[in-house]
Amino acid sequence: MGMKTQKKTGPEEEQAGEKRTQGDEPKSGGENKPLRLFLTMLYISAFTFGGGFVIVTFMKRKFVDELHWIDEKEMLDMTALAQSAPGPIAVNAAILTGWKVGGPAGMAAAVLGTVIPPVAILSVISVFYQAFAANPYVAMVLRGMQSGVAAVILDVALSLGSKVLQTKQWIHTAVMVLAFIASFFFGVNVVWIILAAAVTGIILGLRSGKEGKQV
Amino acid sequence: MMIMKLFLSFLQIGLFSIGGGYAAIPLIQEQTVTVHGWLTADQFMDLATIAEMTPGPIAINGATFVGLKVGGLAGAAAATFGCIFPSLLIVSLLAWVYRKYRELPMLQSVLSALRPAVVALISAAGVNMALQACFGGRALLAPENARWAGIGLFVVALAVLRRFKLNPILVMILCGAGGLLLGVLGLA
Repeated sequence: MGMKTQKKTGPEEEQAGEKRTQGDEPKSGGENKPLRLFLTMLYISAFTFGGGFVIVTFMKRKFVDELHWIDEKEMLDMTALAQSAPGPIAVNAAILTGWKVGGPAGMAAAVLGTVIPPVAILSVISVFYQAFAANPYVAMVLRGMQSGVAAVILDVALSLGSKVLQTKQWIHTAVMVLAFIASFFFGVNVVWIILAAAVTGIILGLRSGKEGKQV
Repeated sequence: MMIMKLFLSFLQIGLFSIGGGYAAIPLIQEQTVTVHGWLTADQFMDLATIAEMTPGPIAINGATFVGLKVGGLAGAAAATFGCIFPSLLIVSLLAWVYRKYRELPMLQSVLSALRPAVVALISAAGVNMALQACFGGRALLAPENARWAGIGLFVVALAVLRRFKLNPILVMILCGAGGLLLGVLGLA
């Protein structure tokens, strides 16, 4: 698809790369993608409490399952990149999806959409935060939402995890199980886990390179 | 001058926090409490609590909170921009590298090993959150600490998501409403 188009126009033409992103999706039609990205991220960012994985999970549901702008593998790659790069994961993920879906304008739109809700909400709350933090009704709503967030994340985790198992590649299953144990039971920093998985990938790549087979 | 200080200080936070919110908290504390004295230790605790209760990355929450307090709206803008500025450069570069080289066999191999690790990390975060919602945290995992309202909402929400593929944000809002209802009825 996209890669072939780029090879035809020559890899040195970066401008062609930008156009390719626009033309990548047959469904795009005449719609304004940066605007759509902005509104989608605004909506997701306003409702996602908790760490970076929460927003990434919601983005996966929206961009992969619903809009089909990004394929599932790519979303996982972007999650790994967003995790490993410095800065807030949500912003990093917005930058990656923005570039992918809408080039520079898409990137700017996605970042603005991600940043505006927390800035706006915090500006309001910082004025009367004592009342907010002590309010029992606020606490009830937030506690209820905790259950919802946990369910959303586990729903996505179950779908993705069963796909990894279905590939029947035992090394990938082992990476998944070991990474889970390291993260959940031993609290190993995410960066180390990603690095270890990357090293595993390099070793696998070197091995299959020697044997001359396609990975 | 203050605007510049805010920008540079949050630029460091953005640049050195790798791996999300938990990495950012000590950096924010160092910059805002220890180095610049913009917040007292108590105010920092308030910030951490608010950040936990509101949407958005803690670094952005911190930037807005501290920026507003120290330099008004311009301060909030400078701090927030400082915090995302390193990401804009570094992650954009990564996006370009990824797009250009993702078809290389070696990178394919690395990425295909990274994906199951990412799935595991998402799962671990999900299990931790479920324990938080159902028991008040993994350290409290025991029958006497069970939060029955939280467990009920969690089970129903997960079942509805698996079965009907409902919009996740709708599910979350319904859970918030459910929590309020159960709380008002004295069941939570």
